[in-house]
Amino acid sequence: MKLEFAISGGDFSRAGIASSEVKKMLKKINVEPKIIKRVVVALYEAEVNVCAHAYKGNIFVEIDGTKIKIDIIDKGPGIENIDEAMKEGYSTASDAVREMGFGAGMGLSNMKKNADEMSLESKVDEGTKVTIINYLK
Amino acid sequence: MEPQFFHHALKINLDACYGCTHCMTVCPTEAIRVKNGKAFIYEHKCIDCGMCLKACPANAIQVEQDDFSTIFNYKHRVALYPSVLTGQFPSRYYASQIAAVMLDLGFTHAFEVEHGADFLKKEIPKYQLESEFRPVISSFCPAIIRLIQVKFPSLANHVMQLKPPVDIAAQFYRKHLIDQGLKDEEIGIFYITPCAAKIAAIKSPVGETTSAINGVINMDFIFNRIFRALKQGKAGHRELPDKPTMSPDALSWSLTNGEAAHAKGRSIAIDGVLNSMDFLEQLEDEEISNIDFIEIRACDESCAGGILNHNNRFLTVERLKLRASRYKKDQKKSTDTNPIFEQESYLKMNSRIGAVKPRSMLKMDEDMTRALVKMEKTRRLMCFLPGIDCGACGAPNCQALAEDIVQHKAALTDCIFLQNHMQKHGKLSQETAHNRIEKIWGENRLEKDCKRKGAQDETLF
Repeated sequence: MKLEFAISGGDFSRAGIASSEVKKMLKKINVEPKIIKRVVVALYEAEVNVCAHAYKGNIFVEIDGTKIKIDIIDKGPGIENIDEAMKEGYSTASDAVREMGFGAGMGLSNMKKNADEMSLESKVDEGTKVTIINYLK
Repeated sequence: MEPQFFHHALKINLDACYGCTHCMTVCPTEAIRVKNGKAFIYEHKCIDCGMCLKACPANAIQVEQDDFSTIFNYKHRVALYPSVLTGQFPSRYYASQIAAVMLDLGFTHAFEVEHGADFLKKEIPKYQLESEFRPVISSFCPAIIRLIQVKFPSLANHVMQLKPPVDIAAQFYRKHLIDQGLKDEEIGIFYITPCAAKIAAIKSPVGETTSAINGVINMDFIFNRIFRALKQGKAGHRELPDKPTMSPDALSWSLTNGEAAHAKGRSIAIDGVLNSMDFLEQLEDEEISNIDFIEIRACDESCAGGILNHNNRFLTVERLKLRASRYKKDQKKSTDTNPIFEQESYLKMNSRIGAVKPRSMLKMDEDMTRALVKMEKTRRLMCFLPGIDCGACGAPNCQALAEDIVQHKAALTDCIFLQNHMQKHGKLSQETAHNRIEKIWGENRLEKDCKRKGAQDETLF
């Protein structure tokens, strides 16, 4: 099953829509709450990341009987130093974003913690693609 | 295997129900359908919140209760009443008079539930320190516990494993009477309930095997009996104001923020079932985090808005606050103490409940692969349904109908718009379409009937 969501940069009021929708689906197919939680937390972080840093982005979700694969593809500034960005507490978020309570530098590391597999490709000034996979059983 | 049976206190009175959509559309868990012209409750989805009862224009939703005469099966008959009962009456009537009237009605003892809250006020912060789950979600509201079980299973672990005040109070009072030499089996403790969910919780407790409470009497029933007696001036023999045997904080426990105000750390109070669902949704996604304690109640204005309350909830809140401020003054000059602490060590040993177990109602199938197929089918059906969410199919919205169809509980031709569309294209006969409507809304439903609600010969009752 496939789902698709669009996100626009800066619109935090809509961050969480994809994760809520995916959560609903996973509950309906009887995935264990613990696993749902990991998926949802990782996806919500991803949504917030796109809102905070990119201009716009798309989320593509694919669910089959064994796993959920989520691609988050954005057009944005890209990540210069991926290793740095993965560290807890490292953040390039603007003051405006921090004022809204985001930008603590936990995004990517929290995603990695909650995903079973995660890969990240990024080109500076073009955008970033994050793929997360979680197994449902 | 999760247990399949859950006791529910809300029942449809089929004689009174005329099959409209009010209850179905307000039900927060989409537990109601209309079949054969009558409302029907899917028991595994119902959380006993009572929104349907409030919405019903025909008084057709009944709350099960024990017949009042059952109290006389016991030699010692305890009325365990919540403070919101005293808030149903004008402030000129003291709680002591209300208790006195209950004794006239046949009870041998009357004890106010909120005494138990003083115990919890001490214990909750301690519990928070030892709990591995953060935030701790209050176990106070039985409808919310059920909501978490069916819709937010991943939060079930967060529910505080301490009994709510009513069970603490019941346990205390039973022990208190036994210590006075009364026989356990001769003591009947009856809870006067402002809510349906508590009835369900007493009949099939969550997280414990038995309840110290023997029966439940609905507040609307007792209210009428008490109000009549008060009006007839029969409470004159107890004019004195009630003594402050509990703290003002305990007295206000069942009001919104009554509990959260005394928890440790960052705590938050939520009331209203829809607010609760919004909040739990965000909490589950960790969109909301860093909270230590959550007080969360299904009724608007918490128990003051209990579905069996007679009086305006805001006036009830005002009266209880007035009473609490009187307690604050009186406590300074009185030597009264909360009797519950006489049994503190006994209560400490008996105040725990087991973990709340999830019982998700959302899954479309136990088997994930089959559930996935069903979900894809549902999404395909949604391509055809008009998205009007009118309820004319007997389901609360198009999504619910689609899911019912996939579960073989409904048919695509239940949708009146699709019926129209199919008839236009010659794919459905008028006869079949009409039959579908009668199947959902009852035979002869479309015939003229001047006794209908709002019609010219309506009988009001």
